[in-house]
Amino acid sequence: MSASNVRSAYWTGVRHGAPFVLVIMPFGLLFGVVGTEAGLNIAEVMGFSILVIAGAAQFTAVQLMVDQAPTMLVLATALAVNLRMAMYSAALTPHLGGAPLWQRALAAYFLVDQTYALAQARYESRPEMSLGERLAYYAGSITPVCPMWYVATLAGALAGQAIPPEFALDFAVPITFLAMVAPALRTLAHVAAVGTSVAVALTLAFLPYQAGVLIAGLVAMMVGAQVELRMGNRE
Amino acid sequence: MTQSSLEIWTIIGLLGIGTFLIRFSFLGMIGERPLPDWLLRHLRYTPVAVLPALVAPMVVWPQATGGETDPARMLAALATLGVGHVTKNVLAAIAAGAVTLYGMLFLLG
Repeated sequence: MSASNVRSAYWTGVRHGAPFVLVIMPFGLLFGVVGTEAGLNIAEVMGFSILVIAGAAQFTAVQLMVDQAPTMLVLATALAVNLRMAMYSAALTPHLGGAPLWQRALAAYFLVDQTYALAQARYESRPEMSLGERLAYYAGSITPVCPMWYVATLAGALAGQAIPPEFALDFAVPITFLAMVAPALRTLAHVAAVGTSVAVALTLAFLPYQAGVLIAGLVAMMVGAQVELRMGNRE
Repeated sequence: MTQSSLEIWTIIGLLGIGTFLIRFSFLGMIGERPLPDWLLRHLRYTPVAVLPALVAPMVVWPQATGGETDPARMLAALATLGVGHVTKNVLAAIAAGAVTLYGMLFLLG
């Protein structure tokens, strides 16, 4: 492994991560705005984006906090949204498992949807990459994505209070989540999971503090897995 | 939001720690221990299982209209899903939803 290979792997990562700025920027801005409108101060909004660094879970937590849900339910539901990251972690372990603990911990902190997708695709297409090159590529892909998340959140939080209700920002979160779900409807199992999730959530909407969300999520997950099992793993 | 500052920071802190532990779960272990198939099969569906459940009541009974079903918001949700499914592009889907929402709010008053 030469230093120049590592350097070029880093810059390849930066190039591949750059287009995601277009997704991260509006999403981060929106979190800053929605969090501020919900009544969080700037430090709290930034605390979410820096300590949690997971957009969908952050929106989920804020939504439930506005609905006065108990702390345990806020945590359980938001963490359920993040469970997919255990799958990412498992998928990257064969490629990054040889790195020292502190590097794996750092990689784990920055393991977001975009960096996972890039790294997984790159490592599979280039099995000859050295560990150093893999880590450099990963660090490169983080460089445009994660700092943009912090900056966009801050910008949104600063702008937040200035946005009037006519802009119907209440609906920004549903639209964003639907936009994340729609491209994932690739198989019958995914469609079945979404259908179950919606049906159970609406049926259980009478439960206090949105407790139905967590139940619907777990049931839908099981339905998705069952359908996949019956259909054979068809993409 | 009526939570105290302490409650808010407790949520942020615990959510941060919990999320990190999920991300670190397998990377943190030494060696390669592949996940059992049944677990992977369930984890694969977490986004499509949890996010729609969260969104469905917000779409059908929006708080901004006092819980009354609102055609503008309903159409915006459908446009987002449709464009997202066809284009597989998150940004295009968000744009379609926003344009539909503002267009309908303008047209329907």
